[in-house]
Amino acid sequence: MHPAFSVIFFTVTSGAGYGLFAITALYQALAAQQVMSPVQVLVSCAIALFLITIGLISSTFHLANPKNAWRAFSRVRTSWLAREGLLAILFYPIAAGYLYLVWQDMQGAVMNATAILAAVWAVVTIFSTGMIYACLKTIRQWNNALTPVNYIMLGVMLGSIIFVIIASIGEGMSQGVITTSAYLIAIAAVSKLVYFFWIGAPAGSTINTATSFTNNMVRLLDVGHTAGTFLTDEFGFEVARTRLLALRWMVAVFAFVVPALMVWLSLASGPVTIAYVVALLSAFGGVLTERWLFFAEARHVVNLYHGSQQC
Amino acid sequence: MKLGLVIDLDTCVGCNACAVACKQWNTSGTTGPLSDLEPYGKDPTGVWFNRIRNYEVGEYPDNKTVHFPMSCMHCEDAACVTVCPTGASYKREEDGIVLVDQDKCMGCNYCAWACPYGARELDREQGVMKKCTLCVDRIYDENLPEDERQPACVLTCPSHARYFGDFDDPNSEVSVISRERNGESLMPEMGYQPVNKYLPPRAKTKVQTYVNDTNPISKVKDWVNRLVTR
Ligand code: SF4
Ligand code: SF4
Repeated sequence: MHPAFSVIFFTVTSGAGYGLFAITALYQALAAQQVMSPVQVLVSCAIALFLITIGLISSTFHLANPKNAWRAFSRVRTSWLAREGLLAILFYPIAAGYLYLVWQDMQGAVMNATAILAAVWAVVTIFSTGMIYACLKTIRQWNNALTPVNYIMLGVMLGSIIFVIIASIGEGMSQGVITTSAYLIAIAAVSKLVYFFWIGAPAGSTINTATSFTNNMVRLLDVGHTAGTFLTDEFGFEVARTRLLALRWMVAVFAFVVPALMVWLSLASGPVTIAYVVALLSAFGGVLTERWLFFAEARHVVNLYHGSQQC
Repeated sequence: MKLGLVIDLDTCVGCNACAVACKQWNTSGTTGPLSDLEPYGKDPTGVWFNRIRNYEVGEYPDNKTVHFPMSCMHCEDAACVTVCPTGASYKREEDGIVLVDQDKCMGCNYCAWACPYGARELDREQGVMKKCTLCVDRIYDENLPEDERQPACVLTCPSHARYFGDFDDPNSEVSVISRERNGESLMPEMGYQPVNKYLPPRAKTKVQTYVNDTNPISKVKDWVNRLVTR
C-alpha cells in the first residue's frame, strides 16, 4: 500500500493524544496518590487535545474531495471510518466536561466517573482507528486482531512518555509513574514484535484463486496498461525486502529499545525529564517509521491481477 | 433481481473493444466524465471501469493465453458499500447494482481498499470515486430499442464473450450458461459473493510435440542437414 504521510501523521499523533488523555484521566481517577496538580492535569489534557486535533486535521488532507467530509458520519452502523469520525468528534464534549470538573477542583464519584468515561472513550477511539484497517479482508497483513492492539498500545505508550515528562516537572512525581510507563513500553514492544512475526508466513489468496484457474500455473503476460493507474499507484507500492528488514530494526531500536534505556536511566535516578524527552523524540520517530512500514508491508490482493503470485 | 455479467474466457480475444465502448458510453453518462490525465503525454492514465489483462495459463505445451476482462462484480456482500463512511456507495435493493453517488463521495479511497477486484478507481481530476454502473443509464432506457437495453460492453463485444442478465431467474441466459459451463467466481475465499461469473476455457485436445530422435543414424542425418545449406 502507498504510505500517505497525512494518514501516518494522523494515526500516530492523535493516537498519542488519546493515549495521553486516557492516562492522565485514569491516574486522576484511580491512583491512590496524585502525581499531578490540577494545573498539570489541565496542561496535559490541553497537549493531548492539541495532538488529537492536528492529527484529525491532517487526516482530511488525504481526501480528494474534502468538501464532503462532513458526510463522513452517515454510515456509523457499518463503517469503521464513520465510527472513528463520530467517536473522535464526540470525544471533545466529554473531554471538555472532564476539564471543567478539573478546573472546578471537583472530587468524588462524579469526577471519577467522568475521568473513566473520558479514558475509555479515548481508548475506544484508537481502537476504531485500528479497526479501519483491521476490517479489510483484502489486506491480510492488516486483517488480524493485533492491528487494533498495536494501534492502542503504541498510542498509549507515546502518551505515557509525555505523561511522565509533564509529571516530572511538578512535585508529586513518583517512581510508580516511571514503572507504569516501562510496562506500557514492554507490552507495546511485545505486541508489535509478535505482529511482525505473525504477518511473516505467506497465506491467503493467490493468482490462482484470483483468476479461478486453481489447477494450473498462471502467469501474467500483459497488465493491459502502459502507464501507471490509480490501482498501481495506490496498491502497487513495493519496497525491497532488505530495506523493510532494516526499517523493522529501526522501529525496534527507536520505538522500544531507546525509550527502555531512558526508563532505566530514570530509575537509576538520572534526570527524569531530560531522559523522557529523549525517549519521546526517539519513540515518536520510531512509531512514525512503524506506521510507514504498516502501510509499506501491506499487500492488497488486487496485486494478484497485476502479476503477484501470492499476497 | 440480481443483475450481472457472464464473461466467456474461451472466446474473449482480448481486443479491448468492451473497455473502449464502456469508456465512450460512460464518460458522457451519469457518472461521467471518466477523466484522463495527460492523455497526449508520455504516460497517459485515467479512469476505466473495465480493464483487460492477459495471462498464460498452464505449462508448455498445454498452455494457453487467456484474456481477462474485469469490471465491478456487483458483489452480493459488497464490503465497498459497508465501509463507505459517507453513504455515497450503495447497492440497489431492486437489482443489486452497486453505485457511487458522485455528490456525496469525499474521495477517501476506503472503498477501493475494500474491493478485491480493483473495480474502483478514483477520478483524480474530480476527486470522487468511479466504478462500473452496469450501464444503469442504458439498460432501463425506454427510448432505446429493447435489444439495445444492455451494457455497452456486452453490445459491442465482437466475439460474443459477454452476457448480461438476471441471475435470480434460473432460466435466464446468464443462469443457464453459467450453470452449463461451470461459471466461476473470482477469489471466492474473500466471501464477497461476486455476481459476475467467468466461463473457463473449453478443454482442448492434448498438443502433440516433436520428440528428438535418439537413434544414431538420424542424428547423423540431422547433422548433415544442418551442414548442407540449400
Ligand atoms: S467488485 Fe468491488 S466495487 Fe464491485 S461490488 Fe464487489 S467489492 Fe464492490
Ligand atoms: S471514496 Fe467515496 S464512495 Fe469510496 S468510501 Fe470514500 S466516500 Fe465512500
